[in-house]
Amino acid sequence: MADSDQVILTMTGISRAFPGVQALQDVDFNLRRGEIHALMGENGAGKSTLIKVLTGVEHPDSGVITLDGKVVQVKSPQHAQELGISTVYQEINLCPNLTVAENIMIGREPHRAGRIDWKAMNRQAREILLRLDVDIDVTQTLGSYSVAIQQMAAIVRALDITSAKILILDEPTSSLDAYETDQLFQVMRKLKSQGTAIIFITHFIDQVYEISDRITVLRNGKLVGVYDTDALPQLELISNMLGRIVVDLDDVSRHKAARAHDASADPLMQARGLGSTGAIDPFDLDLYAGEVMGFAGLLGSGRTEIANLLFGVDKPDQGTLTLGGQPVRKFSPLASIERGVALSPEDRKAAGIVDDLSVRENIVLAIQASRGWFRYLSSAKQSEIADKYIKLLNIVTPSAEQPVKNLSGGNQQKVILARWLATNPQVLILDEPTRGIDVGAKAEIQKLVVALADEGKACIFISSELEEVLRCSNKVVVLRDQEKISELSGDEMNEDVIMRTIAGS
Amino acid sequence: MAQSNSLWNRFKANQVFWPLVALGLIMLFNALFTPNFFRLEIKEGHLFGSLIDILNRGAPLMILAVGMTMVIATEGVDLSVGAVAAISAAVATVLINPALGQQLIASDKLVENVTATPLPVVILAALFVATLCGVWNGMLVSRGNIQPMVATLVLMVAGRGIAQLITGGQIITVYYTPYFVIGNGYLAGVPFALFIVAGVSLAAWLLTRKTAIGMFVESVGINVRSSFYSGVNEKNIKLLVYTFCGFCAGIAGLIVSSNVKSADANNAGLGFELDAILAVVIGGTLMTGGRFSLLASIIGALVIQSMTTTMYAIGVPAMAAQAVKAVVVMAVILLYSEQFRSVVGRVFGRRKEVRS
Repeated sequence: MADSDQVILTMTGISRAFPGVQALQDVDFNLRRGEIHALMGENGAGKSTLIKVLTGVEHPDSGVITLDGKVVQVKSPQHAQELGISTVYQEINLCPNLTVAENIMIGREPHRAGRIDWKAMNRQAREILLRLDVDIDVTQTLGSYSVAIQQMAAIVRALDITSAKILILDEPTSSLDAYETDQLFQVMRKLKSQGTAIIFITHFIDQVYEISDRITVLRNGKLVGVYDTDALPQLELISNMLGRIVVDLDDVSRHKAARAHDASADPLMQARGLGSTGAIDPFDLDLYAGEVMGFAGLLGSGRTEIANLLFGVDKPDQGTLTLGGQPVRKFSPLASIERGVALSPEDRKAAGIVDDLSVRENIVLAIQASRGWFRYLSSAKQSEIADKYIKLLNIVTPSAEQPVKNLSGGNQQKVILARWLATNPQVLILDEPTRGIDVGAKAEIQKLVVALADEGKACIFISSELEEVLRCSNKVVVLRDQEKISELSGDEMNEDVIMRTIAGS
Repeated sequence: MAQSNSLWNRFKANQVFWPLVALGLIMLFNALFTPNFFRLEIKEGHLFGSLIDILNRGAPLMILAVGMTMVIATEGVDLSVGAVAAISAAVATVLINPALGQQLIASDKLVENVTATPLPVVILAALFVATLCGVWNGMLVSRGNIQPMVATLVLMVAGRGIAQLITGGQIITVYYTPYFVIGNGYLAGVPFALFIVAGVSLAAWLLTRKTAIGMFVESVGINVRSSFYSGVNEKNIKLLVYTFCGFCAGIAGLIVSSNVKSADANNAGLGFELDAILAVVIGGTLMTGGRFSLLASIIGALVIQSMTTTMYAIGVPAMAAQAVKAVVVMAVILLYSEQFRSVVGRVFGRRKEVRS
């Protein structure tokens, strides 16, 4: 054990149950001053719940929290802040319709003569952001910026609470690119040297090894162990998290290599000069049945915009799109579903799940939408579909009737995949399907994508993780600044070429 | 924590539980303080009694609550139901008026027990106009992307003007007895209006629970963007619920005007919109949309109506009635607040329940 005066926080015997789920069972956790402590575990391992208990969002059924040697009961998130515990949550919980400055300073606005001093507020917000090398106009609404910037604002907001003794970062890097991640790590190191204790939750194994000092692993709501990062081999970490033999991801790539689409066939989906002003420059695209096409590019490069165009969320203002030789005239999600095109959207919370509906209803939503109002699937049929996909995709839920909001992020993602697989699509577009989910689920989703292509479906796979894109795809489309700049296949498909293509050299 | 799936716990988790508790408390109050409250009599082959009275007088509100529930479930609100009810009443009475088109309203012809237009046509016309009002609201909200409160405010204000134009600014009295059946008649000893309530409720239940519409309504109310991405035509769903709400308001208007045997453009259905919203809220459907229960809203309407009837029965002065009602409503709403319940629970030293 470490010197007791080094320990700033101890959580002992924490338990918390939800209807049908024991989210935490007798979990111990401790945190030292000036350390970066990674909290690791699969989806539903209890990481988020532990954080919620620590930040007063949830109250533990039993267990003791000791902060600075004193037993505390964290009553509410606000109380947690007063105690010096600041958090950036996995999903961005800011107000997109307020300005960046307002979001950062909300609740702590500088006042002058009893009124908010807007000038000072904007100046302060800007200064704080500049410390992170983020140079933006803080008087614009937060929603007008990319997810990455929004994430930065959320982090900055938590950091700015000057009395923060403990900073919790829940998946902060899942929407950041490599450069932005580096920026964040620099700030984290600086805070660490000042004695701030940081709890870091991520699914990026590499990042854990890059920055953390210690690792606590949870599995199924129970503590697996606490390790010094240096002394824990990666493979052991992963098998601790999964509790089973590590899925061999190489399987996916080997499998992929054995598969090649019939080049003489006509493309399943073909775009010619398709574009939408202000979103994506005109591009050509040929997608064949049985292939996985990866999209690589930085955030805001136009990846999501292409996906939205192909699925009909946005309407093109130029060019043509054909599907199976038929020109597409009607651009809407419903028309796309009827054509056999599916899109698992980037923003799971805002555009994916319907959180109060049950797992069953979420799964049948798209297929029912394509059937219309009156050809209602009987409840028996709905349950049958839901149960089939719960089993097929290993969705962890007490029952199909559980509200989907009670599921962990990775399982929610699987529910959305199930929704689309149920429509039996010809073309499946997956926009960041593995964001913020654990290694095991990631491997499952990658395998699934490859298996679907084997069945003769065409997939578009969009991810910020280059490695993942390369592993699954037969072809990689590279995008930069809302423009398709290159299409790589064969030997050209490696990280080096892609990065240099993106960099434009 | 023991996972109890007993019938009682499932019932407690059901949306109708708290509305039933509220209704039960009012009934308990009556059992203790209102003599003969639960007595049912049969006079001239008709059922009589306070309970029947509550059901009968509550009929328009129950129907409005059904329509309003679906609107609120899509995260909307319809403020125009009172005005639409007035329009419906105006259309019906004007079409019945045998002196239609004649200058002299108070002519002998007016008081004859005849109608200028066949009754089925009268009813269809009134409902058609009311439904059209609903379509108007629905178009403003779904196609015009106007916030529901603002969009329906238009008709709330303008509707009474339209009703006045239809009636020529007069309070039109009806002397055609077959029309009275709607709001005053009896069928098999039971007030006729209750059959209308049952019919509308059944239709709404079939429409929402035996088709995909209910799921789409909830889905749109919870997350409109996810619904759109999933191919749900959220615009048509919104159009549908406002249209249906207009239709319900039309029926309510007919019952009210039949009941008072006249149509008053300024006062028919006055305050209906707020009572209907309150009924839905008491029924536990959130104003932020999502999960809804038609039955719970109907019980909510009965809570409001039984409160009113109780106050008449125990002789609360009319001027104090509103204040008393406000206190009771506040108590009911507090019952719903989990925070409040947990405070009460702590005060009484009960263990706080684990809830998601």
